[in-house]
Amino acid sequence: MAEAEVVRTYEVQAGDFSNAGRASTSIKDTLKDLGLAAPLVRRVAIAAYEAEMNIVMYAQRGTMRLSVTPTAIVLNVRDEGPGIPDITLAMQEGYSTATPQMREMGFGAGMGLPNIKRNSDELTVTSEVGRGTHLSVRVNVS
Amino acid sequence: MDAFYHSIRFDSSRCDGCMSCMRACPTRAIRIRRQLACLLEDRCIDCGECIKACARSAIEPLTETLANLTKFACTVAIPSPALYTQFDSDITPGVILEALRRCGFDDAATLSWSCSAVTRAIEYFVADYRGQYPLISSFCPSVVRLIQVRYPELLGQLLPILSPREIAAREAKQRKSADTGLSPDQIGAVYVTPCPAKMVSIVDHPGMERSHIDSAVGIGDLFPVLAPLIRDVQRSGGKVPELETAAGLGWAFSIGLPSSLPAEDTMSVWGLPNVVRILDDIDKGRLSRYAFVECHACPEGCVSGALTVENPYVARARALRLQQSLAKRDPVDEADLRARYKRGEFGTTAPFDARPPRPLDCEIAGAIAKMKERDRLVGQLPGIDCGACGAPSCGAFAEDVVVGDIDEGACVFVRERRIEDAVRHLAGFFDLRAGSGGALTGARS
Repeated sequence: MAEAEVVRTYEVQAGDFSNAGRASTSIKDTLKDLGLAAPLVRRVAIAAYEAEMNIVMYAQRGTMRLSVTPTAIVLNVRDEGPGIPDITLAMQEGYSTATPQMREMGFGAGMGLPNIKRNSDELTVTSEVGRGTHLSVRVNVS
Repeated sequence: MDAFYHSIRFDSSRCDGCMSCMRACPTRAIRIRRQLACLLEDRCIDCGECIKACARSAIEPLTETLANLTKFACTVAIPSPALYTQFDSDITPGVILEALRRCGFDDAATLSWSCSAVTRAIEYFVADYRGQYPLISSFCPSVVRLIQVRYPELLGQLLPILSPREIAAREAKQRKSADTGLSPDQIGAVYVTPCPAKMVSIVDHPGMERSHIDSAVGIGDLFPVLAPLIRDVQRSGGKVPELETAAGLGWAFSIGLPSSLPAEDTMSVWGLPNVVRILDDIDKGRLSRYAFVECHACPEGCVSGALTVENPYVARARALRLQQSLAKRDPVDEADLRARYKRGEFGTTAPFDARPPRPLDCEIAGAIAKMKERDRLVGQLPGIDCGACGAPSCGAFAEDVVVGDIDEGACVFVRERRIEDAVRHLAGFFDLRAGSGGALTGARS
């Protein structure tokens, strides 16, 4: 028998700041409803929110796919957008390409990807300049 | 995990199952079963929205009646600052306190000193705090319960400082004990409460082993008793002692935010839907650059508690007017307070514990299976949240079904589809017979 799995997918629109954060709130609520431990939920919530805001701020559109199995929470985030030319640089704390407008809204501290990495057990980032970015975030349940 | 004690009771002789309370409940803790409202106790946070929504007064707060106060040798009334806002502006707090003494309480104590003291205690605490931000105020019991139930990851950010009402009760008992020679156990501290949540926090107080308050009377219950006594006090014309300071009056709608914190580092949030949004944002790590967030479950703070009688906007305006009319004097002696703070007199004495509601399943694999089943069922439901099944939303109903609380057929749409399917099945059966009959007829002609 296939391992039990709950899947949720979300469409995220770029520039849609009024709905920004809804996908990560729903992801967090799903994990709470499943009865997962609070610290675990918080790590995923923070990673999901950073990933969602990356789409809203930088890409044209994107999808987030949450998968929960008894062993792991996996978040696949794909966007159509400018891509990341230098992933190593983008993973450094404080590095940011945010516009002054984004900074005014409290984003762009250069903590996005580093924050996702800090809150995940495994993070893979693949990106193609001019096409888009794919993040795979894994947080182990046990 | 202990079950929560709750302060409300549904009166089945008055409830007609109209669903108003079910729809008003912000935590989806009410269901209608056999045309009567009932409570999912693990989800209720005692905010009192159901009491406000019920047009038939079928939801009773389990507060104390004045007749029951005789079990103490001496009783001290401790009114919420919201009480002073419930009467006309010419009725001062001093008159209200005197009326309280005449209505059966041996004495009445104010929150003036304890509110100021708590504001200072917050300043001292924040100055040394090195944990996660923002800190969240812990004085609204419904907000604390919401965090215990739904945001256990934020429990460590709840301010571990006792509320002014607890400190006022403790101080009043000590003072009265010294005055009368009675032991503090013989003195009953009775809170005059604007909401059922503060009634609950007497029986089960997160952050404390035992509340210093012994009982609570709702403002609404006390109002008709107090009103004629207030007229008596006014008519007798004698001078009554007036509050010496405006300190604490503002707590009727907002806590005293520490002046040591820049205003731009603090935030005040009123109303449960807004509190939920802010807690969601804190959860996502969005607000960590703020130092302090005060949260109130009621939309205008304590003046809009479910047990108040006056329009909350009028009440708030009165609180502001009272603040203007009284001296701004700070009733706190700084050096004394700092020493007492260092002795731990203002800190909570127990951790805030998590009280997560019953999960879909105790095992994660089981919970995943049930969530899949819930998702499947939600896909078949109309999604219009009509409430006819007795649940506030199709999602809540689907959850009730997968945990075995109710049959899927309680949904009128599911039931209709079942009937249609049965009819179609029967029709197919008869069509088949009609079809073969037709062929026979054709063969005959």
